[in-house]
Amino acid sequence: MEKTKELQKIESQFETFQILNEDGEVVNKKAMPKLSDEQLKELMKRMVYTRIWDQRAISLNRQGRLGFYAPVAGQEASMIGTQFALEKQDWILPGYRDIPQIVFHGVPLEQAFLWSRGHLAGGQMPEGVNVMMPQIIIGAQITQTAGVAMGLKRKNKDAVAITYTGDGGASQGDFYEGMNFAGAYNVPAIFVVQNNRFAISVPVEKQSAAKTIAQKAVAAGIHGVQVDGMDILAVLAMTEEARKRALEGNGPTLIETLTYRYGPHTMAGDDPTRYRTSDLDDEWEKKDPLVRFRKFLEGKNLWSEEEENEVVEQAKEDIKEAIKKADAAPKQKVTDLIDLMFEDQPHNLVEQMEDYKAKESK
Amino acid sequence: MAQMTMIQAITDALRVELKNNEDVLVFGEDVGQNGGVFRATEGLQKEFGEERVFDTPLAESGIGGLAVGLGVTGFRPVMEIQFFGFVFEVFDAIAAQMARMRYRSGGVYSSPVTIRSPFGGGVKTPELHADSLEGLMAQTPGVKVVIPSTPYDAKGLLISAIRDNDPVVYLEHMKLYRSFRGEVPEGEYTIPLGKADIKREGKDISIITYGAMVHSSLKAAEELAKEGIEAEVIDLMTISPLDMETIIASVEKTNRAIVVQEAQKQAGIAANVVAEINDRAILSLEAPVLRVTSPDTVYPFASAEDVWLPSYKDIVEKAKQVIEF
Ligand SMILES: Cc1ncc(C[n+]2csc(CCOP(=O)(O)OP(=O)(O)O)c2C)c(N)n1
Repeated sequence: MEKTKELQKIESQFETFQILNEDGEVVNKKAMPKLSDEQLKELMKRMVYTRIWDQRAISLNRQGRLGFYAPVAGQEASMIGTQFALEKQDWILPGYRDIPQIVFHGVPLEQAFLWSRGHLAGGQMPEGVNVMMPQIIIGAQITQTAGVAMGLKRKNKDAVAITYTGDGGASQGDFYEGMNFAGAYNVPAIFVVQNNRFAISVPVEKQSAAKTIAQKAVAAGIHGVQVDGMDILAVLAMTEEARKRALEGNGPTLIETLTYRYGPHTMAGDDPTRYRTSDLDDEWEKKDPLVRFRKFLEGKNLWSEEEENEVVEQAKEDIKEAIKKADAAPKQKVTDLIDLMFEDQPHNLVEQMEDYKAKESK
Repeated sequence: MAQMTMIQAITDALRVELKNNEDVLVFGEDVGQNGGVFRATEGLQKEFGEERVFDTPLAESGIGGLAVGLGVTGFRPVMEIQFFGFVFEVFDAIAAQMARMRYRSGGVYSSPVTIRSPFGGGVKTPELHADSLEGLMAQTPGVKVVIPSTPYDAKGLLISAIRDNDPVVYLEHMKLYRSFRGEVPEGEYTIPLGKADIKREGKDISIITYGAMVHSSLKAAEELAKEGIEAEVIDLMTISPLDMETIIASVEKTNRAIVVQEAQKQAGIAANVVAEINDRAILSLEAPVLRVTSPDTVYPFASAEDVWLPSYKDIVEKAKQVIEF
């Protein structure tokens, strides 16, 4: 299709925002977020931690000890960077892959594992942890974000709602509806699209004629930006800016992060070699968020092998502990489920409760 | 005759119809190069090209709307909903649009659409994937609802569904995809929609069921036979419209019946079957018609589904209750 000049002009405005290039050099000093050395190191720690966790989760899944798992390697900067910009009072409405963000926002690791295993304790968010259950129905979280953001604004909470989806999710009607509502009501929402180039097997080029996903913000009348999603500083800077904009009453933001998932879509039989070339994998692994940020920190004498090893050991230890705790969770019963259907159970469920109690006590 | 799994039989039916009629189009999320997440469309894009078998953007309502539009311009869309738990996203396109197309246009337009989708439980999918939502579909006038239980039936019914000039929801139980093989003839053959199949003959009690529960019911029938009870197992195959002729003939013979469904009890197919039997054959009954179902809760998380789903033991128990009434 030959696009008109007018359209090309709009699309060309969405250039990729970057602070650290692939070699870990600062290419956009002005935009550097103000972070202490400790905070810089914390970003690295979280990315290393998440990478190890991902590897362990994959092997636990293969041993049949985890259940549902959607790998995250490659997307650490997009995930950790956006969450790091948040405050405790902010709300996260995650998708199924966005488990690192919610864990760093306060969801215990063992709870994340229970969610993976399909245990109802996986959804029981602790008091004060403003996180919704990871969404399975792609797009549902996006319209809900407009509602959460409206609620936060009306209750004067000084908090934002942030939601996540992928390049595929950006094709759902709900994606546009969520942004449009948030814009129409001017509520403090941030919409993150982690564009990892594939929705299961479908390449992003087949999702839309739009050159970028960021430009979809224009139709909703909100700010949109495309960020190098392998550059944690760029992701963090843009999320901080979006948060500030939202809280100052200047509208929601759409952030598209350009990233890649190294692993399969989920551990349930997806085979990426059916739809991706190893050349493309290699091309993206060169942009790796950990490699890049490690170089940057080493240049500032802020990171060493010992420190990295410490994080690796800590991650392994935490995961072991968390799995142990998850294993100790009570077995799921039908009576638990019946009990949670309504506040007060109607007569059909009262009857069925009796039947299942009898069955379960056998 | 070839031995095939149900998923292979489904692919085979799609291939037959893609070959047979160039207006047949197959589309949905990941159905192209990837061959579908269950591989139901494996190899079809390669064989028939991207114009005939193609990936859609990720949007179920978009997929449904596309099917409606292609339907009124002379195509025969076969759309896939990746998991039937996502049907709510496309409910308007199916229940409000396709189902009413013939009526709203005074017969000028129709929706010759086949909606294929994996459904049912017991395979430990993430939440909101597995469910038994066929009752919602059966309560939608204007769509037919088909659920095969064997590879042979799967192929013949899918070809009929594609050839039907009205919308057909064709549900594929995930547990049956690869659990066994059966004989499937090569080339084309059809099994009429709206007809049930007697999967086991018996004189003492009719077990009326569909989908994965056909196999649990057959197993239950074997158990019952050990105690001298001969159960007749009826596989509905089409749950809307129901084949009342087969059901009533069986009940008039056995005078006793239970209805078995994997879905929750409330407002389901089983309730409908019981009501129809009451209307038509109450004087043949020696006992009330009872149901084996799941409880009236939402579909459970993976770690609870095994205890939630009805088992063959539940069927045996309920059958005896009716026999001993
Ligand atoms: C409404 C809905 N449709 C389809 C699916 C099945 N599905 C799960 S993930 C996925 C692809 C999502 O791709 P994308 O949005 O790019 O996110 P990613 O998985 O790459 O993070 C699909 C089609 C679903 N979960 N929900």
